[in-house]
Amino acid sequence: MIDKNQQIIDSTLDQEYKYGFTTDIETTTFEPGLDEGVITKLSKLKKEPQWLLDWRLKAYESWKKMEEPTWAQVDYTPVDYQALSYYSAPKYKQNDSLDDVDPDIIETYNKLGISLNEQKRLEGVAVDAVFDSVSVATTFKKELAKHGVIFCSFSEAVIDHPELVKKYLGSVIPSTDNYFAALNSAVFSDGSFVYIPKNVRCPMELSTYFRINAANTGQFERTLIIADEGSHVSYLEGCTAPMRDENQLHAACVELVAHKDATIKYSTIQNWYAGDKEGKGGIYNFVTKRGICTGDRAKISWTQVETGSAVTWKYPSVIMQGDHSVGEFYSVAVTKNKQQADTGTKMIHIGKNTKSTIISKGISAGEGQNTYRGGVKILKNADNARNFSQCDSILIGNKCGAHTFPYIDVKNPTAKMEHEATTSSIGEDQLFYCNQRGINLDDAVSMIVNGFCKEVFAELPMEFAVEAKQLIEVTLENSVG
Amino acid sequence: MIKIKNLKASIEDKAILKGINLEIPKGEIHVIMGRNGSGKSTLANVIAGNETYEVDGGSIAMNGNDITEMSIENRALQGLFLCFQYPVAIPGVSMAYFLRAALNAKNKHDGEEEMDAVKFLATAKKILSELGLDDSFLKRSINDGFSGGEKKKSEILQLLMLNPQLAVLDETDSGLDVDALRTVAKGVNEFKNDNNSVLIITHYQRLLEYIKPDVVHIMIDGKIVKSGDMTLVHEVEKNGYSWLVK
Repeated sequence: MIDKNQQIIDSTLDQEYKYGFTTDIETTTFEPGLDEGVITKLSKLKKEPQWLLDWRLKAYESWKKMEEPTWAQVDYTPVDYQALSYYSAPKYKQNDSLDDVDPDIIETYNKLGISLNEQKRLEGVAVDAVFDSVSVATTFKKELAKHGVIFCSFSEAVIDHPELVKKYLGSVIPSTDNYFAALNSAVFSDGSFVYIPKNVRCPMELSTYFRINAANTGQFERTLIIADEGSHVSYLEGCTAPMRDENQLHAACVELVAHKDATIKYSTIQNWYAGDKEGKGGIYNFVTKRGICTGDRAKISWTQVETGSAVTWKYPSVIMQGDHSVGEFYSVAVTKNKQQADTGTKMIHIGKNTKSTIISKGISAGEGQNTYRGGVKILKNADNARNFSQCDSILIGNKCGAHTFPYIDVKNPTAKMEHEATTSSIGEDQLFYCNQRGINLDDAVSMIVNGFCKEVFAELPMEFAVEAKQLIEVTLENSVG
Repeated sequence: MIKIKNLKASIEDKAILKGINLEIPKGEIHVIMGRNGSGKSTLANVIAGNETYEVDGGSIAMNGNDITEMSIENRALQGLFLCFQYPVAIPGVSMAYFLRAALNAKNKHDGEEEMDAVKFLATAKKILSELGLDDSFLKRSINDGFSGGEKKKSEILQLLMLNPQLAVLDETDSGLDVDALRTVAKGVNEFKNDNNSVLIITHYQRLLEYIKPDVVHIMIDGKIVKSGDMTLVHEVEKNGYSWLVK
């Protein structure tokens, strides 16, 4: 039985990555290397104001003095930052109309199942498409503008809404926050920008689709979402990249600001190329994501389904400053082959009666290593703060690993904390039970894993919950253990 | 219905079944009794195809087809059903979802249409009420936090929904109070007709107060040492198993 299962596991590892193709297009790409000159050139190319260039250079200065973090439970070949190119963009005429977007790029997104044609899009979902270092198209802009919602590329926001960018950029993740955030602050090339005005409920789901295409290029995007008082927005990001033998770096920053009575729901389906079965190639996904609830009763909810990347280092966090504000983190992380994930969250309770929930589901198959790292901090004045954490791991096969590192720091005696953790394997007995009822192995594994992830999938917007479920099914097909 | 010939099986090189011969015709209920460790549950598992056990010899045939090498799910699809002694929990998977998946797999195999949701619910609710279970039972995760009685009733619910040709009941009576035992027995009697068969594995006679077997077999040390009718049950009850050991 064990041998047979091992064979089945091994056959899964051969499964092809569906999105591993490359698009052959003309690009403008910087020579590899990083210094003040490169940053200045990037900033000039994007016609940025002086204050932003100064901000970038300051971040670069601090980055140079910082050490790459080594505390995460991951092992990877160090990145040669001078060997990377910091900008690569398709050559095309910048215009508002989709007609001017290179047809090859539109075709690329079609192949990924993302139509940039508004008529063909899923109803009620607006998309910003980021291709390598730039945003190539944003759909439904006009429709959204009727409600006062700003949804555009970061570069456009810098030009069209400088006062908002200047006010909020770095307000949640300072440019000196950590090694990768500092690097991102210095060299970020594009990303998405969202502003929801007071008391507006965003009429459609907003989403950004990140695609890495060029080789030897790092992708450094920056997303900034501001939900003004009493507003509501649901935002989703998806990511894919071609299959390459070299590792590629993706170091993003996402900042969320939820004012009084505002809600931001941020969902991620991360399916970067994970490397081959020997662990060759794949994306290094080193991402800093943080949100702040500035006002009372604000709410930020992170949901992530992480199935790709060779190495993931990511801790979407919430600072609950306003009284009665709420932070949530729902995560499913899958590692197979030689993938490594060190992911979790930080919940920082500052205001009174703040409440946070953490549900983390780790699935390890093959030789995958999955680490949950979470911090809950209750500060002195956070009376009656509450946290509930649940961290469950499931192991498929006997070569993988699951690790849990919860850190809890309570400075207020009225805090109420609950932590639950379980580790289990998909048991032979569970599979036998399903098989005995006529349900085959693949269906049984997918049923068991979906049952395990149920609480997290329930948090995803409907269309994406289906996608996430299918993604997990494809990822784990034949991986019985 | 099922014909077992000189079946031998082991676990981790330890021989458990040492040559079982058993034939259950259509329309009959057979009972296998024996002490703990005699190999009764192993037999139930080997019939179902549990790969934890190694089959060392002999054969199992259902309706004339040799199933000795058949996969677990194909045996199930042929109409074999095992009522588990310890049904395992699958958190997050609802009873309804699981039952429908099993029914759909069966219908697909039989070339029939999937049972629609309305009919499914109506059928399930009728059985639930007979078993004294609330409709909300369908929404619960399979066997997750179920009481001993609920676990066994869930097995009977599945038996009645899937309506197999052969039901193997592995110690279904263990851990049940009298009321639950009666309910379970009622379910089995309802299932039974002239075209299907039941194999009951137990080491108590109490279930047999409610279900009347056609044949009783006594198993000792991996072999069936004696077969007979209900009088055999009473003899064992009175004198134990020792007199049967050669």
